[in-house]
Amino acid sequence: MPAKEVIVLQDLLGTNKKIASEIRVELGKRGILAVNLLSSPGAGKTTLLEQIAVRMKGESRMAVIEGDIETERDAERIRAKGVPAWQITTGGACHLEAKMIGRLLPAVDPGIEYLFIENVGNLVCPASYELGEHIRLVLLSTPEGDDKPKKYPKAFTTSDVLVLTKADLLPYLPFDIDKAVGEARDLNPRLRVFVTSAVTGQGLDELISFLRRSAEELRLSHA
Amino acid sequence: MHELSIVASLFETLLDQAKAYDACEVTRVRLKVGLLSGIVPELLESAFDMYKKGTIAERAGLDIEIVPVAVHCRSCGAESLREDFVLSCPKCASTDFEIVQGTEIVLERIEMDIEGPSSQAGG
Repeated sequence: MPAKEVIVLQDLLGTNKKIASEIRVELGKRGILAVNLLSSPGAGKTTLLEQIAVRMKGESRMAVIEGDIETERDAERIRAKGVPAWQITTGGACHLEAKMIGRLLPAVDPGIEYLFIENVGNLVCPASYELGEHIRLVLLSTPEGDDKPKKYPKAFTTSDVLVLTKADLLPYLPFDIDKAVGEARDLNPRLRVFVTSAVTGQGLDELISFLRRSAEELRLSHA
Repeated sequence: MHELSIVASLFETLLDQAKAYDACEVTRVRLKVGLLSGIVPELLESAFDMYKKGTIAERAGLDIEIVPVAVHCRSCGAESLREDFVLSCPKCASTDFEIVQGTEIVLERIEMDIEGPSSQAGG
């Protein structure tokens, strides 16, 4: 019986990448900076977004897409800050995919300047799926330990920004900032790092200034 | 655990190809998986075995080639393998580099039989 060998060479994430790049272009044209937030569960993604919402209020318009396996809880927390939010419940899937974001784009108001996408809490799978973001931001909270970058390399090699959260707990934890940042930069020398605390407000203004500059650059590049 | 999503995407292509070549059986599938792809080969194998049941690839074997991480240095032009996850140029220590391999998840080739084991006439 004749056998046939077919050389395919197909990127198995290719479909997702294609949809993601279409989303990136569309959002860029609309002047919306998209930020994809990755971290393990409990690192403080929603809390960081609440803090950004409070600080941007009255100056910039933002919207949030929340990804979780179940519940509307995170979207409700964001809406309570006066920010439009959509909840995607994946029903078990460990990451968001670009097509899920694409479906929501028509609902994003024209006046929005920042679209934050909070991925499912997971430092592994979301790293493989572009969502059309202009900036990928990975959070690492101090209680998780300073050894995480090398344990979960893909999340750190593919991110643009590292936000260390819960810095107010540093006096109580054996967390070595230099080690965590050093190992993250071994993986990704271009990583920008912000050391933050939602309790004391440390580092948040600097992070927001960076986001504003990035949004400005995006608009200029599409002007 | 996104290996199942990857395998779902693999099967879309695999079934298309099997149909295009009028295959009666897919016998072997070969993948290239980068060390920095975020994929666990053992989970990919389990997902493949689960997914293939009842399909034309029910008896197909899966080969996974693990691809090491390599960087291309934009400063000195050297291309080097980096197995230690310190991603810089080992020749000139520059950190201006791009990762040229090691992040991929690629369906490389499919082997199939294009005639039935007991060739029946008609149909």
